[in-house]
Amino acid sequence: MLLSRVAERVYWQARYLERVENTARLLNVFSTLMLDLPSKTKLGWHSLVEITGSSEAFDKKYKQAQERSVMRFLLAEDNGHSISAMLAMARENSRTTREVMPTEAFEQINYLYHYAKENAVKGEKRGPRHEFLEEIITGCQQLSGLMSGTISRDDTYNFLLLGRGVERADMTTRIVDVGSGDLLPGITGDNSEVEVAGPYENIMWMNILRSLSAYQMYRQHVQDIVNPEDVVEFLIQDENFPRAVVYNLNELKVILKQLPRNGTVSTQLNKALRVVRGGEIDKLLVVGLFDYIDVMQVEIASIHQKIAATWFLN
Amino acid sequence: MRAVALFDKLSVLTFKEATMRVNWKTYNPGKFFDEIISTPGYARKPARGLASYLRSLTHAELLEKKTAADLAIKTMGISFTVYSDAGNIDREWPFDIIPRIIAEKEWDKTSLGLQQRLRAINCFINDIYNDQKIFRDKIVPKELILDSGNFRKECMGIKPRFGVWAHICGSDLIKDGNGDFFVLEDNLRVPSGVSYMLENRRVAKRVFPELFEDAYNIRPITEYPAQLFDTLAAISPRRNKYPEVVVLTPGVYNSAYFEHSFLAQRMGAELVEGNDLVVENEKVYMKTIDGLSQVDVIYRRIDDEFIDPSVFNKDSLLGVSGLFNAWVKGNVALANAPGAGVADDKIIYTYIPQIIKYYLDEDPILPNVTSFLCIDKKQCQHVLENLDKLVVKPANESGGYGMLIGPQASKKELDEFARRIKADPRNYMAQPLISLSTVPILGDRVVEPRHVDLRPFVLQADKSYVTAGGLTRVAMVKGSYIVNSSQGGGSKDTWIVSDD
Repeated sequence: MLLSRVAERVYWQARYLERVENTARLLNVFSTLMLDLPSKTKLGWHSLVEITGSSEAFDKKYKQAQERSVMRFLLAEDNGHSISAMLAMARENSRTTREVMPTEAFEQINYLYHYAKENAVKGEKRGPRHEFLEEIITGCQQLSGLMSGTISRDDTYNFLLLGRGVERADMTTRIVDVGSGDLLPGITGDNSEVEVAGPYENIMWMNILRSLSAYQMYRQHVQDIVNPEDVVEFLIQDENFPRAVVYNLNELKVILKQLPRNGTVSTQLNKALRVVRGGEIDKLLVVGLFDYIDVMQVEIASIHQKIAATWFLN
Repeated sequence: MRAVALFDKLSVLTFKEATMRVNWKTYNPGKFFDEIISTPGYARKPARGLASYLRSLTHAELLEKKTAADLAIKTMGISFTVYSDAGNIDREWPFDIIPRIIAEKEWDKTSLGLQQRLRAINCFINDIYNDQKIFRDKIVPKELILDSGNFRKECMGIKPRFGVWAHICGSDLIKDGNGDFFVLEDNLRVPSGVSYMLENRRVAKRVFPELFEDAYNIRPITEYPAQLFDTLAAISPRRNKYPEVVVLTPGVYNSAYFEHSFLAQRMGAELVEGNDLVVENEKVYMKTIDGLSQVDVIYRRIDDEFIDPSVFNKDSLLGVSGLFNAWVKGNVALANAPGAGVADDKIIYTYIPQIIKYYLDEDPILPNVTSFLCIDKKQCQHVLENLDKLVVKPANESGGYGMLIGPQASKKELDEFARRIKADPRNYMAQPLISLSTVPILGDRVVEPRHVDLRPFVLQADKSYVTAGGLTRVAMVKGSYIVNSSQGGGSKDTWIVSDD
């Protein structure tokens, strides 16, 4: 019998952990991307805070988005958005649901929390940053493995998967958004022509794939050189890649079937799937990708709201 | 992390200090009863294995084990909450690696004494809320009970299953100058510490696997959560069904939250907060993702006053409205039962030997510490005249708060307590300062004796059970008697070892 309050905390624990992992991936790829670019090129560091949905908090504190300030903000600061802060929240949710989770799972989250607390500041510098982020990503992956190997397939597990799925779908749209934003000089936003993007565009898309560990799978399954249309289609609409939006929504559908009183959530999920599948990527790349992503995010947020209204303590 | 912490500690040691070994000849407990050595250089029989093992290690090696233990506690997330002005802090549990040894024979007798005590206490509580024979027979004065802050008139006439009101009891034991166990107090409301007892063992096994293998037969303690579950299941009102047992916690900011969560996890019970529960048709339900689900037994870790705002404290946000009535109707079991705290009072404590004799017609196996009741004119006079030699305790405080330790108090404090006692004699009792026994702890530079107490946990429903040992708390400051973790105390693993 799963308490509503516990379901909520388990769900948020999974969301925070997934967000931690994706943020780490994003920062990692951003830092690598920079090394591929000519040293004079200025990256739009601000887009990092935009992707993570934290620009308001960032702008309040910093006048300019520079590498150091953005890194400090997203790695170490106690602001609700940094890797350290999100791990603290994941740990708090985990600490308060220890009765339903395997002991080792809490211990691993606890380890990551302490590790981040002690090492995140070092990540402001490029050298140790990579090592730090890799440890976080690996730690999150170990945790996923541990959970999938030790938790009974019950409602607790289903709420973990719900949280993870919703967060992953959302984060993938945000990362794809990098490509539609003004990350590279020359790419100016939603109505820019593909040609204007400049010589580094393919490098950028390649790095976007890498940030989601999708590069190899893309090569195997798309069998074309890296190009915006195929990358966006792969990351949004692929039915088989586990970080693609459609894949995650399909997974959620399977989980929902096992949960009681799932009517309104399922309806919303089907609506989201129709929206996501309905996007014609080739046309959207010319105009409208930004809006398409925006609409997807609203639909995904709405899935969350229906989940909360149905099962959480209100 | 590990290397750095170790380096920090070792770097302050001289080479001589780092390579030194425990010298039991210079280890000096003074006038106190030490549980490991009898006379300088000679270990007591049950402690011999430990004493020689400790001598086989250098101080640096011991510190390395301490660092490993600290790290284990951190990664296992064994914590407790300290309240402070800066907010509530989740702190790592303080643990001293050197275990405390108690011989099996001695423990078996103590264990019988604890069960006897709880049986008598339960007879007493049941009598108070029903027939009140003990007042008529003039063993305990009626006014004492009716004046007690823990007496709940709402409980009159109620007969919980097996006549048991206090299902879980944590008694504090001390050893005096002769090494004999005495009961210092019985905690019948929401005694805590058992999770730390269990976790201490987990850490000790990591630190001293060789002692578990070779030197000692140590009685296991892991069965406690299963025993607790059986106790709770035994009082379920719905007899034909697997009972739905929940642990009711005040929430994540409570100092014992770790324990609430730990016990729920180990019992496979739900951990609930007040707003997870609702009462409908005089039955208690919890809010789950499937809707409402009926609850049979509540192991509540909330004080009486807060369990039901419709009966007790109206401002309580922790409890559940209607809970008390559901219990009165017999639709849900509460452990411990409301009102059980009436026997958890330092004044009632002084009557426990007579209470045992009265209900069980047995002599008490475990003695009380000599006590003086301020409500008695003669005894009060004695207390006031000897304040500087006595420990004075208020009737209803716990955690070592509101106490006066005469020999260590200033003139001003003594005067203040004299005033308080005269104003409200019912609320005070006094005891001579007992010479608490000592055990060795690992200090930064040397192994030294420190004072300890022991909190075993006793269960009672259809049968009774006592933990093998309990939670040993140790005053980490030299000479100090304060063992509470909230006030700088530490803890130790406690080993009940067989004699052969």
